[in-house]
Amino acid sequence: MSALLEARSVGKRFGGLDALMQVSLGIERGEIYGLIGPNGAGKTTLFNVLTGLYRPDEGEFLFDGAPLPVGEPHRVAAAGIARTFQNIRLFANMSAVENVMVGRHVRTRTGVIGAVLRDSGSRAEERAIHARSLELLEYVGLAGRRDESARNLSYGDQRRLEIARALATEPRLLALDEPAAGMNATETASLRGLLEAIRADGVTVLLIEHDVKLVMGLCDRVAVLDYGRKIAEGPPARVQRDPTVIEAYLGGALHA
Amino acid sequence: MSWAAKDLGDWVETAKRDPRARWLGVALIAVALAVLPFVAGAVGGRGWVRIIDFALLYVMLALGLNIVVGFAGLLDLGYIAFYAVGAYTYALLASPHFGIHLPVWLVLPMGAGVAGVFGVLLGAPTLKLRGDYLAIVTLGFGEIIRIFLNNLNAPVNITNGPQGVNRIDPISFSNFSLARPVEVLGIDVPSVHLYYYLFLALALLVIFVSLRLENSRIGRAWVAIREDEVAARAMGINTRNIKLLAFAMGASFGGIAGGLFAGFQGFVSPESFILMESVVVLCMVVLGGMGHIPGVILGAVLLAAMPEVFRNTIVPVQQQLFGKIVFDPEVVRMLLFGLALVLVMLFRPAGIWPSTTRKRELAS
Ligand SMILES: Nc1ncnc2c1ncn2[C@@H]1O[C@H](COP(=O)(O)OP(=O)(O)O)[C@@H](O)[C@H]1O
Ligand SMILES: [Mg+2]
Repeated sequence: MSALLEARSVGKRFGGLDALMQVSLGIERGEIYGLIGPNGAGKTTLFNVLTGLYRPDEGEFLFDGAPLPVGEPHRVAAAGIARTFQNIRLFANMSAVENVMVGRHVRTRTGVIGAVLRDSGSRAEERAIHARSLELLEYVGLAGRRDESARNLSYGDQRRLEIARALATEPRLLALDEPAAGMNATETASLRGLLEAIRADGVTVLLIEHDVKLVMGLCDRVAVLDYGRKIAEGPPARVQRDPTVIEAYLGGALHA
Repeated sequence: MSWAAKDLGDWVETAKRDPRARWLGVALIAVALAVLPFVAGAVGGRGWVRIIDFALLYVMLALGLNIVVGFAGLLDLGYIAFYAVGAYTYALLASPHFGIHLPVWLVLPMGAGVAGVFGVLLGAPTLKLRGDYLAIVTLGFGEIIRIFLNNLNAPVNITNGPQGVNRIDPISFSNFSLARPVEVLGIDVPSVHLYYYLFLALALLVIFVSLRLENSRIGRAWVAIREDEVAARAMGINTRNIKLLAFAMGASFGGIAGGLFAGFQGFVSPESFILMESVVVLCMVVLGGMGHIPGVILGAVLLAAMPEVFRNTIVPVQQQLFGKIVFDPEVVRMLLFGLALVLVMLFRPAGIWPSTTRKRELAS
């Protein structure tokens, strides 16, 4: 079987800056794939190009063998890729459960007429949206906070809520941009448990993370970006020993 | 467990009491709304009933704009254009101007539909704009519509220009015209009262549709766009279509109100659709509580009534105080109006009646 997601020499420029150059990678079904690299390496940019928020200048993505729509985030979500954001982007004034319910949008169909008439079909769909969203809140450990506005949640809870919202779109690939940023050790440990559960449920995970311990312990494979280029790829233990990587990135961290 | 027993007790109490209390409340409101024109007519004459009629039109307008501004977060300063489109659709298709006299049940929905199309026409080129930029473009759109209405009398006379359209057919259903008073059970029901009941029915319909939309997949998508458009897109919302839908729905409410206005007044001209009107409707939405339907209704009623209350009090008060008119009533009226706006925004920046964040339920 071919890879679930394949990036083919993806390039993205901002003015004179090459944020991504010839980046190719393949993510297998069911794995947790880490994407690491120093700040400004282009990791978030890769997410933005992948999810259609930016258009790549070169290259393309194949998802399950088919090219992903370009520059149309809602169609990327419909294709089965969901993401979270490095700088949390929740719907701040909506409650936790409403945030997750928005995630169900792409898998449901009630329109204006159904909403106004509330026929049995739309009512059933609305109930299902609500029930599924509560399940997902429970899944990420936020059952008790369902009616709290997103803005009032703690940092760690906001990150979990973003994951629940992304899962609500029924992704086959979940892309997480630094989900452990700002979390303490306990929160990080329980995040790790959550990511393992998500993988066990059959969702492939693409993870950007700075926490080296988390990446090394959790990921099946990692790719390293540096100045927009992929400089290494492989199992964490091997990448960790790779001289190029040590020089470009881990070296600094290890000597610190 | 004592807490469980207490919870259960509370629950039973609520279930026993709540529906009855609810129905009682609904019944009281229904009776009050039914007799309102007679009470207002007895106290202040037909003029007051007319004011209430207009307040109901403003409720529809404010709820329409609330979809665009309150739910979807798209600042629209040209909203009154859709009111104009609805009014002129009615005026041109039910008056001697072209000699066309379509029935109300046809021409009102057409007004809503044409306004909805104009909503999409405004929305489509502005999809990528937000905030100030969107406000400026919509403001221009509103003015363009008004200027067209003013000038589409030559070379072919479509709108009759600044003179406007006269002798518009009053609203009637087959033989029953709202323009003629009727006698019900020995009580005289004048024309303004009849219009009141029609406007009330349609305002209730607009409220109903708004409430249903708010708590739906579509309503959540609108609010999601307002809260964070990038996240909304990444979550699979087709923001282009959902925004256009907001423009179209909001505009169609305005179109219905415009049609009712034309039939009620019997006369429309571009003067009724100036920028100030857009601003007033926006004030109703913002002042009442953006995105919160009861607040928006309250804002519309208050701001529709306030100028009239001032009109009826400024002169007598001055007579009492000074024995003569010292300040131009119109100036005082605008001054007080502005002052009221400033005070509300200072002391209740989220509006008079904003939506409360839902109380956390005793879930665990
Ligand atoms: N929208 C943008 N406009 C201009 N430059 C950008 C934009 N987004 C990212 N960049 C630049 O691209 C480079 C990669 O950024 P980013 O992908 O955020 O890095 P990382 O997530 O790996 O820390 C940085 O130099 C950053 O300044
Ligand atoms: Mg980043």
